[in-house]
Amino acid sequence: MDEIQSLLHGFAVALSFKNFALMFVGVILGVIIGVLPGLGGANGVAILLPLTFAMAQTPGGTTSAIILLSCIYWGALFGGAITSILFNIPGEPWSVATTFDGYPLGQKGRAGEALTAAFTSSFVGALVAVVVITFLSPIVARFALAFGPPEFFAVYLLTFCAFVGTSKEPVFKTLASMMLGFALASVGSDPVTGTLRLTFGSTHMLAGFDFLIAVIGLFGIGEILLTLEEGLAFKGASAKINFRVVLETWRRLPTYWKTSMRSSAVGCFMGIVPGGATPASFMSYGVARRFSKDGEKFGTGQLEGVVAPETAAHAAGTSALLPMLTLGVPGSPTAAVLLGGLLIWGLQPGPLLFVEQKDFVWGLIASMYLGNIAGLIVVLTCVPLFAAILRIPFSVIAPIIMVVCAIGAYTVHNAIFDVWMMVVFGVTGYVFKKLSYPLAPMVLAIVLGDRAESSFRQAMLVSQGELNVFFSNALVGSMTALSLFLLLWPIVSAAIAWVRGKRSG
Amino acid sequence: MSAGSGGRAAFSHKTAEIAVAALLLLLGAIAIFDSARLGFAWGEDGPQPGYFPFYVALIICVSSLVNLVRALVAGPGKSKTFVEIGQLKLVLAVLVPTAIYAALIGWVGIYVASVLFVGFFMRWLGKYPWWKVLAVSAGNSVVFFLIFEIWFVIPLPKGPIEALLGLN
Amino acid sequence: MEPFALSFRVGVFLLSCAALYGAAAGPLMAQQSWQPSKTVEFIVPAGTGGGADQMSRAIQGIVAKYKLMKQSMVVINKAGGAGSEGFLDVKNSKGDPHKIIITLSNLFTTPLATNTPFNWRDLTPVQMLALDQFVLWVNADSPYKSAKEYIEAAKKAGPNKFKMAGTGAKQEDQIITAAIEQKTGAKFIYVPFKGGGDVAVQLVGKHADSTVNNPIEAMAHWRGGKLRPLCVFDPKRMPYKTKVTDKMAWGDIPTCKEGGLDVDYLMLRGIFMPADVKPEHVAFYIDLFKKVRATPEWQDLMARGAFNQTALTGKEYADWVAREEARHVALMKAAGFIAK
Repeated sequence: MDEIQSLLHGFAVALSFKNFALMFVGVILGVIIGVLPGLGGANGVAILLPLTFAMAQTPGGTTSAIILLSCIYWGALFGGAITSILFNIPGEPWSVATTFDGYPLGQKGRAGEALTAAFTSSFVGALVAVVVITFLSPIVARFALAFGPPEFFAVYLLTFCAFVGTSKEPVFKTLASMMLGFALASVGSDPVTGTLRLTFGSTHMLAGFDFLIAVIGLFGIGEILLTLEEGLAFKGASAKINFRVVLETWRRLPTYWKTSMRSSAVGCFMGIVPGGATPASFMSYGVARRFSKDGEKFGTGQLEGVVAPETAAHAAGTSALLPMLTLGVPGSPTAAVLLGGLLIWGLQPGPLLFVEQKDFVWGLIASMYLGNIAGLIVVLTCVPLFAAILRIPFSVIAPIIMVVCAIGAYTVHNAIFDVWMMVVFGVTGYVFKKLSYPLAPMVLAIVLGDRAESSFRQAMLVSQGELNVFFSNALVGSMTALSLFLLLWPIVSAAIAWVRGKRSG
Repeated sequence: MSAGSGGRAAFSHKTAEIAVAALLLLLGAIAIFDSARLGFAWGEDGPQPGYFPFYVALIICVSSLVNLVRALVAGPGKSKTFVEIGQLKLVLAVLVPTAIYAALIGWVGIYVASVLFVGFFMRWLGKYPWWKVLAVSAGNSVVFFLIFEIWFVIPLPKGPIEALLGLN
Repeated sequence: MEPFALSFRVGVFLLSCAALYGAAAGPLMAQQSWQPSKTVEFIVPAGTGGGADQMSRAIQGIVAKYKLMKQSMVVINKAGGAGSEGFLDVKNSKGDPHKIIITLSNLFTTPLATNTPFNWRDLTPVQMLALDQFVLWVNADSPYKSAKEYIEAAKKAGPNKFKMAGTGAKQEDQIITAAIEQKTGAKFIYVPFKGGGDVAVQLVGKHADSTVNNPIEAMAHWRGGKLRPLCVFDPKRMPYKTKVTDKMAWGDIPTCKEGGLDVDYLMLRGIFMPADVKPEHVAFYIDLFKKVRATPEWQDLMARGAFNQTALTGKEYADWVAREEARHVALMKAAGFIAK
């Protein structure tokens, strides 16, 4: 096994005292970045990039530099879940789906369990992805090449269909909310012709509505307003804050092994394609809800509903580094910045990187194993600390959360207008929730709308307007068919039930 | 809602439904108007720029219309309360300061605005003694200043006071 | 203050003016009369990870490493509306000497394609850092060995058969495509993607027939034997002689004109400031970038990206920008890219 030898060599490269210290520094910085919305992984890595410039010039320095930066990335992946569970505010886009069950768990006083489950599943997802990277990289890189515009559209369609379809809210309210998301996603320049759409001449609207601002407002501020109705207190203050909760949760987690495996598979697929960690988390949550025997109870505080999105997000985030290294295609904004870093340091990502820069590549892969272990240790020891935040009185913590949200909204585009939009989204979230307009489909539409439309129209350009391009080969055809099947599943299952009832009756 | 049930209603559920549906209808109409300007046909090589926004907005309008009609025909008998006056007061007690806060950021910068905002909350809603109020609100801004301006070198909006202290 | 400081300042001021109006910066320029008094914002009118972003972060790293500035420099991405967000920000910061912006071709294309109200004349030109090259690439498995063969094949296949993948809509890649079409009569399907890396991979995966990727975007795949360069859109061959693949160096790629395709295009990587800044502000940044360009790191960056290292300042720079603007207007008008 060549890979094992190379990997052992990689561990030798990565395991210097300096690199080990850098790993912990990176992870801790990453967790801070992950906790603060707006200060995203991409931001954090980009800011530290110039610092690594000097570092990369010493012998073996590029490995140290990438270890520092990639550990910030792992830390951010871990950290995004914390505020999702405690305050319904996703620190990072990929932890939106974690709020669906994580926040209700927190409110029930089970924040410690939810956090442990989130961190542990992140680790499992990452581990599976690193194993895939270690042993399957050449095959996987070829697989990613098969993805053209129609295939990408099919991936987004699949994400969408896996997630929607089983909504309990009124159909027309779901539709209105989802389409509002798509409309918001289309504000700004049109991806194919470059014309400005729905901006009405306002310079504030040029950049469009960022997903993060909508989410901070709809979920975070909206939730604070809802909480207020019932008095000036957070629920869930009774959370257990001792370390035993970690061990107790660990005892329960193995029962969700099927969900973990499924979510890891979804995550790796989405990371390699590359479709992104955020869609991966939504897709995985949707799939878990369909397949779980407790699917009906999803959204009310199921540990499984935390395991699924976190596993997939971390698996996708990790495996996204593979297309970056082998093809030079970044699978996420953070990967894009890391890619820029490699180029600045004089490394050329691409098929030859694995041949010419063995030390670097295998050092990085080894650091993925080590960095994630370091990350898990850091965040797990902090679980009691995080859970204790809920005990801080409401009138102190609520305004601080608002300040964090405002800073987060501002930093997305460096615009005060976005802080205003956050407040507007907050009121929208509050009213929508009370009138049972579902928020999740709207958020998913904002995430996917832009990308799905681009790939659809790219595909139409390529095929000169022929829709059958979505069935033109086995790959895209099976994904499209699967999406349609998932979308129509409620109708299909109703029909099956009807036929069965007729037979037995 | 559990707390203070039996309080007087500020809005009925029905009013809220009608207002939201009407607002969405309006938004949809605006979007349709702009998409029509861009062209929403299916051109030679696929959809034009306005194609997706147009149909998306059309669906918003149609579903809002359905929601509007449903809300209008719903009998007044089973009309629930959307929000009670007591609850609304609490919500506004946070929402109004938040809006003022957002406005202040542009004038005095985010750090000073945050001191005022956190301080106001703690004093007015939490009834904390002044020294605690000051310590927490100022400490909060200092910590954020250190994180953003010093560690991560991300400039956040600053106002005249920072300029006076030579911090920007 | 030393007694001769005043006269010295006047001297430097005159020198700065001289530099601004096109004279070569003399050795005395190292002494400055003006220094930034707070953090300098380096605006990138494009997203994180792209070519402009990489260059600006490399500059930030070089400035920090060699301590070329007392105050720090922060890179801020303002990509909205094809870069309008960033340009409008600088336009609206009249007289602010603590703000600089790096430009791409969207300096010309965005206002024309979207009607956003800005023009390079709303900014103060500081320094051309380099020009980015464009190369016509095809998949290595395709039969085309020269630009001429490829264009002939595209013409023979008829309009809308050959697919050209590129970065962005109505920006540099699509403009080059339009220029090729106007010169040769071939008609491509232009498919816009988000980033240069994606474009290169689409070509490797055979989802497109050709691209006009920048050297750095396609280099890894060229070295991996997946792509073939046909010609470079520079009037002169690239000066880099070090072998990139087993057989070829960047300098071995023929110019498009040599290959029978009379189209040239280079993309500006230049620095601008807000309008109404004082000459000493401009002089400071010209000197700063002079120091940056002298570092080995910058030289490495130039060689790796196979940049054209033309670096103009002052009037020459402004004239170059004006000429380029006129060319973009003509090309975009002919292609029908100008917003009504």
